[in-house]
Amino acid sequence: MKPFSYERADSPKAAASAAARTPGARFIAGGTNLLDLMKTGVEEPSHLIDVNGLDLDRIEPTDEGGLRVGALVRNTDLAADARVRRDYPLLSRALLSGASGQLRNKATTAGNLLQRTRCPYFYDINQPCNKRLPGSGCGAIGGYSRQHAVVGASEACIATHPSDMAVAMRALDATVETVKPDGGTRRIPIAQFHTLPGSTPHIEHALAPGELITAVTLPRPVGGAQLYHKVRDRASYAFALVSVALIVQKDGKGCVAMGGVAHKPWRMEAADAALPEGAAAVAKHLFDGAQPTEQNAYKITLAERTLAAALVEAKGRAA
Amino acid sequence: MNSSNEWKFTRRDVLKMGAMSMTAMAVPRLVAAQAAVETPRQPVEAKVALEVNGKAQELSLDTRTTLLDALREHLHLTGTKKGCDHGQCGACTVIVDGRRINSCLTLAVMHQDAKVTTIEGLGTPDKLHPMQAAFVKHDGYQCGYCTPGQICSAVAVLDEIQRDIPSHVTEDLSAKARVSRMEVRERMSGNICRCGAYSNIHDAIADVAGGVA
Repeated sequence: MKPFSYERADSPKAAASAAARTPGARFIAGGTNLLDLMKTGVEEPSHLIDVNGLDLDRIEPTDEGGLRVGALVRNTDLAADARVRRDYPLLSRALLSGASGQLRNKATTAGNLLQRTRCPYFYDINQPCNKRLPGSGCGAIGGYSRQHAVVGASEACIATHPSDMAVAMRALDATVETVKPDGGTRRIPIAQFHTLPGSTPHIEHALAPGELITAVTLPRPVGGAQLYHKVRDRASYAFALVSVALIVQKDGKGCVAMGGVAHKPWRMEAADAALPEGAAAVAKHLFDGAQPTEQNAYKITLAERTLAAALVEAKGRAA
Repeated sequence: MNSSNEWKFTRRDVLKMGAMSMTAMAVPRLVAAQAAVETPRQPVEAKVALEVNGKAQELSLDTRTTLLDALREHLHLTGTKKGCDHGQCGACTVIVDGRRINSCLTLAVMHQDAKVTTIEGLGTPDKLHPMQAAFVKHDGYQCGYCTPGQICSAVAVLDEIQRDIPSHVTEDLSAKARVSRMEVRERMSGNICRCGAYSNIHDAIADVAGGVA
């Protein structure tokens, strides 16, 4: 690990402006992903701004009847919150399916959204990776790719976004709230928060340099049957091969977001509209134009079947 | 046959050489641009005061020091183990401000005023914590390397269930969390035991929890 200086921020605005004026600075909150990347040499910040002392660790009702989740609310606490369990069970389920108990105790809401991919070529600094070092190439294309993206990928990058929480947030139409280095604030719909790789896979989200996430807001509860089905290589403590976040109302309408298949949580309006027609119709829209590799083509079948299973379970609950 | 030069290399040496030759090949292509402008950085020291097993500690540390290394290398509390050093194995699990965490994935300087409990703080050889006693009784280990992390994690797991924190296998999110075999298995998934003592580890935890089918 390369040496770095360290400071504890005392306000969100101060943290943002310190980050903007200090080259090589990174925020650190839970640190479970950043420190891992620093140990492997993927991240080499010269300065860390510890935001853990900021007053951003509460879950509060919003005027609109939703919830405002502070950026520093730990994954464990968000999943265990009585209001989240009752009104947004999809979110609890997604959080609880991710990582381990130890990691969920540390990992924060904002940090979870900003997790980096677990692509092995990104993690290994001896391998080419356009995300880690733009222009160096992609080791996954033509390499070991069974865990990689099947849709929305590019010739530069086929990495997936690793978060479960973000997939649920996408289905729930959450909004990311930020503070900018000049003190101004911004609200970014989750649909516009994460980006596709295109020719710039090192850009993964809509945040400007120094911009700090302060909260994620959830709209009014939508009810319905809410399920998060995650398929992985072992029963616990593994990243998704495919995951399905599903909300279905009694009339069969609802929405679907998928994880493990793209560079960001994957959801499409046309796919949502096809929900009453069943899993095959939804999958047809979600994977229109998909370009899987030989090794990960199974994900398209797996995603459709996982959705079909979730729909059956949702129907059982509604009955 | 054994006099051949190749036997002078240990397996570890061979692995190191492999890694070096990979690096040597990759450096010119991947990091040449960065290397040209970067000046070596100097280590930065920072102070942190925290309480470990009930005892106040003041440390001046390189900012890079993880909580794990602070405990082991600076406070010489070597009960907490370094396994993978990447949060994947759970051997480094300690309890900080009442919550279990991977001490390898957090910096010591981030824990000003924190209360840390390690395996040494749970019990002593003369007065074992009930979870330690149960691991002995049920033979919940073979080599013992993962055991301090398993025990710290297990103590916290029962506390988490007590505090009504649900898990991935909790069937009804609206009901209060309960202890069950499936719950313990799921909640302990962040602690790996390569000897495979899992069934005995479960029995030890179930014993402390008051008997679980």
